Order: sequence, then structure tokens, then C-alpha cells
Amino acid sequence: MDAHALEAALRPADGEKCVFDTNPVLNERLTHYCPGCLHGVAHRLVSEVLHEPDLAPRTILVAAVGCATFTYDYFNVDGLEAPHGRACAVATGVRRARPEAVVFTYQGDGDMAAIGLAESLHAANRGERITSIFINNTVYGMTGGQMAPTTLLGQKTTTTPEGRCLAREGGPVHLAEIMAGLEGVAFAARCALDSVAHVRAAKKALRRAFEVQIQNLGFGFLELLSSCPTNWHMDPVTAARHVAESMIPVFPLGVFKDKAAAPSGKPSDAANESEHTAGGAADA
Amino acid sequence: MPKYRDVIMAGFGGQGVMLMGNLLAQAGMESGLEVSFIPVYGAEMRGGTANCTVVLDEHPIGAPLVRTPLSTIILNEPSLRKFQPRLAPGGVQVVNVSLVEKGLLAADKHSVCIAANDMAHDLGNVKLANMVALGAWLKAVPILSLEAVQEALKRVVSTHYAHLIPVNAKALEVGYKAVAA
Amino acid sequence: MKDERILIKGNEAVAFGAADAGCRCYFGYPITPQNEIPEALARLLPERGGQFVQAESEVAAVNMLLGAGACGVPAMTSSSGCGLSLMQEGISYMAGSHVPGVLVNMQRGGPGLGDIGPSQGDYFQAVKGGGHGDHRNLVLAPSTAQECYDFMFRAFALAFKYANPVLILGDAIVGQIKEPVRRMPPSDAVPAEALIRSTASWRMEGYGRRGPDGRPRLLKSVYLAEGALAERNRLLAQKYASMRAECAWDCVQTEDADLVVVAFGSVARIARSAMRSLRRDGHRVGLFRPVTLYPFPAEALAALAPGRRFLVLEQNLGQMVEDVRQAVFGLDGPAKVLWHGIMPGLFASADDVREPMLQALGEVR
Repeated sequence: MDAHALEAALRPADGEKCVFDTNPVLNERLTHYCPGCLHGVAHRLVSEVLHEPDLAPRTILVAAVGCATFTYDYFNVDGLEAPHGRACAVATGVRRARPEAVVFTYQGDGDMAAIGLAESLHAANRGERITSIFINNTVYGMTGGQMAPTTLLGQKTTTTPEGRCLAREGGPVHLAEIMAGLEGVAFAARCALDSVAHVRAAKKALRRAFEVQIQNLGFGFLELLSSCPTNWHMDPVTAARHVAESMIPVFPLGVFKDKAAAPSGKPSDAANESEHTAGGAADA
Repeated sequence: MPKYRDVIMAGFGGQGVMLMGNLLAQAGMESGLEVSFIPVYGAEMRGGTANCTVVLDEHPIGAPLVRTPLSTIILNEPSLRKFQPRLAPGGVQVVNVSLVEKGLLAADKHSVCIAANDMAHDLGNVKLANMVALGAWLKAVPILSLEAVQEALKRVVSTHYAHLIPVNAKALEVGYKAVAA
Repeated sequence: MKDERILIKGNEAVAFGAADAGCRCYFGYPITPQNEIPEALARLLPERGGQFVQAESEVAAVNMLLGAGACGVPAMTSSSGCGLSLMQEGISYMAGSHVPGVLVNMQRGGPGLGDIGPSQGDYFQAVKGGGHGDHRNLVLAPSTAQECYDFMFRAFALAFKYANPVLILGDAIVGQIKEPVRRMPPSDAVPAEALIRSTASWRMEGYGRRGPDGRPRLLKSVYLAEGALAERNRLLAQKYASMRAECAWDCVQTEDADLVVVAFGSVARIARSAMRSLRRDGHRVGLFRPVTLYPFPAEALAALAPGRRFLVLEQNLGQMVEDVRQAVFGLDGPAKVLWHGIMPGLFASADDVREPMLQALGEVR
């Protein structure tokens, strides 16, 4: 069933009330993600942002390698596969060839912050008009739970069996802050997917990350703190709590840069919301 | 007169070796010949000699580099030490004797001596030594007219230095006339 | 008297050829001896509304090429030796995803950092695929600055015809030599608009550009379902087989030759000088120059085998000789293949190849 037909079929009949709707940017295919994985939430947010102003018909997705490899199977947009780590370079080529398109990458922590760090930073520094969504769950998911550049200190992974050690493996990479320091970046923020309030803030930030591209202001970057119940060996609820209790203190939420922010110097609304709701999530 | 000539031009970096080579190749092309110019670059350029090879032929050019050149333009002593032994039998070397001891010239090689730096100095700019030497070569190795080379200056000298074209043309002429026909 | 020819380096000829053939995007990272290519295109492409990006690495450059090629736009990169090694993963993805693109390798001496002198040491890398998996590049080997210009048109046409990477394999001599070039599109040049039109059925553009019935599409190289990758490889094998139609070569005085020298690129022109002098001395020497290195013009070479010996001259430790031996393997008669290597990094002259040619002639008698 194609996207438009699906939308029609799911329209509420007389007397029915719609409480949750699909949108035509995300197709009905079952995902390959593990139970409790938050990729689905992130996908849903991206699909909403691409649907509300109707961006999808001119959108090109550049998919990465990792759990997010098959992103293109779920989005009803033109999709292109990039080698591991190179999504921002591939997206640069797409952007330069198709200046009128909306171009985004969707990358995990290994793809974007380890093997692809150079491509990510330089595309950002050039101010490529692309949006990069960075899923940080502190672990390599697809390959079975090895250390990521964002793995927390002390966190046990299959390649840090005694826990990540600062002296041996270095500390977790804070990519949103690094991105914010680059001239070409128009928007850089970190949000989390562990609670309803955080998910709402994430959608706002995501919209900004696309808007700066469309307004020709520069590179849009959004880091999303996510979970990996499978490789964390936790149930999904515990995993979400782990995001709030262990990750957010290390990876502070907020908007670190928004070139389109009001000239008063006040941080933008998304930043405030993230900060305000961070405590609430920890309480949850 | 067989229409094939090759020449290796060599000197210190900064003596204008590449400009000489480019100018000769441009003039050769504009005179209807096949030409090739190839610079030899790399570590050798730093401190040692810079050199380039120009081949002029009436047929399409095969090898752009020659082990035993039919002629050379030698602007300094390290270049003489390097290329004098390689000069082909019956070949001619145009030697800048302002910077090369005449005693170093091999008796069995045909040398055309030209005090290029001194003559350039008399013209008001020692940097013209390359043009003086090329002028001498044009007389010693007849294949192109002096006028063709002077004319080609307009295409080889960048617009920024266009005001120096007349004095370069003069230096070519001075070198050309200094060599006996 | 103003000549219609212009005196430019092989590298500059590549850049002019690319621009005149309709290249819209260049991505590259500086490396000697090919820097005149990006330097010229940094001026030429923006003048025509094209894009020039100095990438942060060759890895990034080839992936930018993948992105632009996936959009159905004529795009290219250029590099030398080490840079091409870094690009191999991306080239494999391009082949696996059926993405067109042109890559130029002005080879330098290797292995490792090597030097910046001429070499043909990347022959295997170029013609055997070079990256992981079974992929092949169409490979063109220019020998003159004029061919550097002309072959860019052919490279873009072939890249789009086969939706495949096309490699121009030159070297430090081909790139650095300055020669007269006629800057005129070859008579069989395909207009860039036609190349772009040919991509309508698969390019990335956003489905909205394909009208109200436009459906999303996908370009990828991963095939995990049972049998899917085997099917994909079968398709690729068919494509590579169909490329044989593109075989090109050049024969010089082979008709009466006892000895046929087989050489490509700069070595072929050096051999031609030596051949001319040997002919003057009464030796019957000919030259066979493969113009496409992949597909290798094996049939044309085999047709010369009866009654002749071959001498393979190349600037490496013995690479193309394997393709030559395979081309004449099992043929009736002697079809003896001799080989002489010029060491990578040397600036060879005709004198350097005359001696091995004389020796080979001695063995013919």
C-alpha cells in the first residue's frame, strides 16, 4: 500500500476519534529495530517534521552504516546509501548537485563521531546546507555492543569489559558542543528521547535543524540521546531511566547554537524547554 | 636542416629556467612545429638545479625527455656538472660564463660562452640573464627566428609583468647578436 | 601568427576537457603531480555555474562524487597513487550502486609515499577493480595532452552509458607535459544535457520532481535477502561483459613488424621514439598501444600474434604483462611475450627503452 492510500485508509470513520495518526512520510513496513529501541521515535519525529510543511517530495535521505543502515526502508523519500562514516560527504555531493533539495543524514555514534568524524566536522564547517541527525546511545548496536566514541566512563561494553577508562580509552565525545563551535553550523542542539517532554522538545529542535537548511543559514545538527536496551542488557523502561540518570548528566541537553535566534541574545525556546524538562525526566 | 631539436635548460631555482622553456615551446608551437615542454621538479628543485626539457619536431613528439640532449642551456655550475657529461656527441652547450668557470668546460664539447649575468646587468636587470642565454641558443641552434620568440613573449609573460616584455625582447636580441653566425 | 592550438599541461587539458564535456561538480584533495587539475577547475567550474569543493581528504572526495553521481550529474575527482588507494571503498560502492563518475589518477612512484616521479604501478589497482568485491572500472590511458582533453568527453559518456566509475589512468609525465592542444570537442562528444537526461529513471532528486505519481526510490549496494546479492552480481557480470564493446587501441607499423612493443600511456610515446630510430636502422618494430586498459583489447592483440613476438614495456615491476600473456595464451605458434620494466620514479628517455628493444629483436632472430 503506498503512502497516500495508507493515509486515506486510516482516516477515522463517522463517530470515531483519531488519537494517533500515521503520516505518509513513514511507511507501514515493520522495522528491524529491537523491541524498546528509540530509533522508531526518532524516525517518527523526522517524518512529522518532513510532513508538516510538505518537504518529503523534495527530500533526499543519506543513510549511514550501523543500526540506521535501513533507515531508507522506512521513509517515503528518495534514499541513498553511504559507506560507513561518509554520510556527510555523500550528502555534500548530493547538496552540491541538487541545490533545491532538502538533504539529511541519519547517523549513529560510531558512524558520525568515530569513523566519520572528519567528514562530519568538515561538512559542518563548510556550512553545507544539510541536516544531520546524530543518534547517541553510547554503544555500537549493529555489531553487538562494542565501545562507541560516546561510551560513558566506566560503562562496560564487549570491548571495554572492565568499563571505559579515561586513561586508556579517553572520554565520551561531546559532539553537539564541538559542532556549535564551528563557523558553518547554524544550529546545534542536544535533546533526549527518554520522556514525552523531551520528545516534544526534540521535535522542536529537529524542526529548527531543518529550517536552518531551508533558510540557507548553514549546517543543522541535532544530537538525540537514545537507548539500546539490547546491548545495555536492560528492559526498555530501565533503559529510558538510564538515559535520564546516567547520560543526561554527562551530555547536557540544550541548544548550543541557533543562528536564527533572537538578537537579544536569549537562548531559543527549544533550549529553555530542554533545560526545564531535564529535571522532570530525571524525576520520572 | 632536419626539423628536430631538443634542449635541456638548467640553473638555480629563480633564474627563470621554466620561463625560458615555456617561451621556447610557445614560440615553436606558434611557428607551426610540434613541441613538448616538461619540467623536472621535486627534491632537486630545492637548493640544487631546476631544469626542463623542450623538444621541437616536425613530427608528433614521442619521448619528451632525453638522456643525451642535442643542446643545453647551462646557467650555473651545478648544472654544468650534471649535464655536460650527458651532452650528445656533436651537441652544443650554451654556458653562462658569468657564473661558470671557463676552466670547467670540457675540451671535447662544443661550448658557446655567454656572460649572461654581466650582459643582463648592463641592460639594467640581472634577472634578464635567462633571456640573454636563450637569445644565444637561438643563434647557436638555428630552428626558430628571434622574432618568433620575441613575439611569443606576449603569450608567456603574465599580464602583471607585461611592461617588462620590451626589455625581455631586447635581452633576447642582445644574446642573439653576441654569438657569431 | 597566432596558432589555434594552446600550449597547456596534460593536467590542465584534463580540466579543460572536463569543463567542456559538461562536468558540473569537482571534488578533490591536493596531491602532486596533479594539482593543476583542481587549480584549473576551481576557476572553470564556478564560471559555468558548477561546483568546486576542496574536500578534507580523498575519502571525503570520492564520497562526494558518489553523492553527486547518484543525483545523475556529471561529476569527477582526481588524485594520484596514495589518494586513489583511499578512494577504493567509495569506488566499490559506486560500482555496486550503479553510480556514474569520472576519476583521474596521475600516477606517482610508489609503494607508500614513494616519490612524485612517473610510474605505472597502479595498473593492477585500476584494471582489476582496486577495492573490495567484484567491481570493475572502465579505464582509459591517455598518452598526450590532447588525449587528456579528448578522453574526458569519452570518460563522461562511458560513465553515464554504463552507470559505472570510469578511471583516467595517466602519470606524472602525462600530467606535467606541456603540449599544443586543440580545445575542440571531439566529433562524437555527447552533450552534457543528454548525459543528464539518460539518468531520469534512477537518479536522486526528490520524488516530487517526478510528477504527481512520483514514488520514492533507493540507490544502494547492500542486498541481504537470500539470493539477492548473487542476482546483483550476475547483473554486474553482464554489465562488465558488455563493456568489451568499448575496447580501443592504437597500432603503429605493426603490419610488417617482427617485434611488437606493447606499451600504454607515457611509456608508449617513449617507445615510439626508440622505435623510430630502430626503424631507421632497418629493424622491423611495431607498437601496440592499449587505449582502454579495462576492457583490455585482448582480441586485437591476439590477432597480431601469428609470426610475431611481443615486448611489453611498462613502468612498474610487471603488471600489464599478465594481461598480454593471457591474451595470447594457448595460441598456435610461438607468441612469445618478453617483458622489460622501467623502474617507477625514473624519467625515462628513448635511450632507456632502445636497448631492451634491441635485445628482444635479437631473440626474434
